[in-house]
Amino acid sequence: MSTKNWPLWEIFVRSKNGLEHRHFGSLHAADAEMALENARDVYTRRNEGVSIWVVESKHITASNPENNGELFEPAQDKVYRHPTFYDLPDEVKHM
Amino acid sequence: MSEEQIKNLEKQFEERIARDEKIEPKDWMPEKYRQTHIRQMSQHAHSEIIGMLPEGNWITRAPSLRRKVALLAKVQDEAGHGLYLYSATETLGISREELYEQLHTGKAKYSSIFNYPTLTWADMGAIGWLVDGAAIINQVPLCNTSYGPYSRAMIRVCKEESFHQRQGYEIMMKLANGTPEQKEMAQDALNRWWWPSLMMLGPTDDKSVHTAQSMKWKLKRKTNDELRQQFIDQTVPQADLIGLTIPDPDLKWNEERQSYDFGEINWDEFWQVVKGHGPMNKERMRARINAWECGEWVRDAAMAHAEKKQQRKQKQAV
Amino acid sequence: MKENLYNYILGIADNSLILGQRMGELCGHGPSLETDIACTNISLDLFGQVRSYFQYAAKVSGDGRTEDDIAMLRKERDYKNVLLVEQPNTNFAYTIARQFLFDAYHLAFLSELQKSTDLTLSAIANKCIKEVSYHERFSSDWVKRLGDGTEESCVKMQEAIDDLWTYTDELFHQTEADKAMVAEGVGVDVTKLKEDYYKRVHRLLEEATLKVPQLKWFQKGGKEGIHTEHLGYLLSDLQYMQRAYPNMEW
Repeated sequence: MSTKNWPLWEIFVRSKNGLEHRHFGSLHAADAEMALENARDVYTRRNEGVSIWVVESKHITASNPENNGELFEPAQDKVYRHPTFYDLPDEVKHM
Repeated sequence: MSEEQIKNLEKQFEERIARDEKIEPKDWMPEKYRQTHIRQMSQHAHSEIIGMLPEGNWITRAPSLRRKVALLAKVQDEAGHGLYLYSATETLGISREELYEQLHTGKAKYSSIFNYPTLTWADMGAIGWLVDGAAIINQVPLCNTSYGPYSRAMIRVCKEESFHQRQGYEIMMKLANGTPEQKEMAQDALNRWWWPSLMMLGPTDDKSVHTAQSMKWKLKRKTNDELRQQFIDQTVPQADLIGLTIPDPDLKWNEERQSYDFGEINWDEFWQVVKGHGPMNKERMRARINAWECGEWVRDAAMAHAEKKQQRKQKQAV
Repeated sequence: MKENLYNYILGIADNSLILGQRMGELCGHGPSLETDIACTNISLDLFGQVRSYFQYAAKVSGDGRTEDDIAMLRKERDYKNVLLVEQPNTNFAYTIARQFLFDAYHLAFLSELQKSTDLTLSAIANKCIKEVSYHERFSSDWVKRLGDGTEESCVKMQEAIDDLWTYTDELFHQTEADKAMVAEGVGVDVTKLKEDYYKRVHRLLEEATLKVPQLKWFQKGGKEGIHTEHLGYLLSDLQYMQRAYPNMEW
């Protein structure tokens, strides 16, 4: 068995201009160029994309779900960040 | 972690799944959940890859250019689906190379149906119609399974697979409406693929070891027997429509059950094929191992080249 | 029937047909899953081109034959593809060498065919050239990877280039149909593509740390239907169904 396997890459595809790149999945490739070519062949066979980003998976730093409490829960009760927090009479239009 | 802590985590975990929450790769999960998913997902991926072989067998011999491109695209999709599924499995902390290793050493299983040979062009029709038909029944519920990466891969697979069964049925339809020789070819393929397709939905419920746990984790929504009944009920009218006969003398509409009664499945044959004694087991494995081993110098070259390129880039930067 | 035009179309289409068939053989057997998918894509592109050409040829022939009749029911001597594309997939280096040596020609050819006074041919060329640009990118990248990869891969790649080199000159050989079509402004004068082709190929081989073979004698004959022994076997697969079950629809 080979000692060095092709590393894993994460693939992000923009379906059409105006939309953001979205995570489509991953694949293996020896280098970035190959990752792009493989992504084109694997993830846009049905015309799904107009732009592709590839990132070697090891370069992604992810938050740890164990910290979800401190990371995300404090935002739950900050209701004043949402427009519905503010009571306005129905007569006010265009706001 | 103490045993009690683990129990507590497990309880919370099961509750999350019961609430239809998805489990994502970095979330805590019971070891058994991880192992079961590695097993089922890789088995699924292997089936896609091995499944390329019986159909790939007819690419060079397809009877028309239209059929040839459709078949090529279909087999290519299977490679794609294998790839999606391997990638999803890799999120559980196992590499594709390790998964291949399991396949090549016989440790991992794949769908037994691909151990049957494709003898005529009609087999391309029968596989698309019956095998993909049975696969879809298995797969659609998995779009809602609890493990996020698996569920996302399955959504993609199901979306792409919708043309596969149509492609197969269209081949059968054309043959059944063709010359007597063509119709005979279609009937012969149905005769050979019908029973293995029924077996494909798994052992009967009383013999199935994983069902209860799988139901809880949403790896399964219906039992094997329910899925089999569903497959038969939807396929028999399709055969009738094109004038082909299901090769089961005991097949009979049951008015009371509003379902078809059907004959005894040869489970002995099923288990023998699972154990490696099917007509094509050795050949399929040889083809996969051969592709992997003959590809090693190619993969190594690509890595060596990537490293050289990287080094040159760094040198330039200095 | 416009004999020359018909033969001219076949001369172009047969290259894609035979190469597509060769690439199709690899489906399920590639060195990695990703590469497998890529090779199948090339095969699919080529068969798509074949269908456009043969549908046009069927129209030109006007004798009721279909694209499949033309693709699958000729005798071996009536196939007009160059010898290069029928060479077998001995190993992945041969697959890549064959692909690149053809792609570099194919790309230049299509870019000229776009200027054809025959509007159907120029429209087909216009569509195909995007596909073939990608093929050329794919195959040239792989020549570099294998040439400038490991010691083993370099030896294998060099061997494939050396073996297939003898079939490159034929690409620039003109048949009678070619000459007639060039005169009418329909066809591409392939003799004019030769110099740039070898420049391009030399440049890539150098980049891939490979040696340019020093060959003075070249094999040709495919365009006149005199093939290597490999083609017969390829055709027995390609034609099997149409021969075994004549006059049926599939």
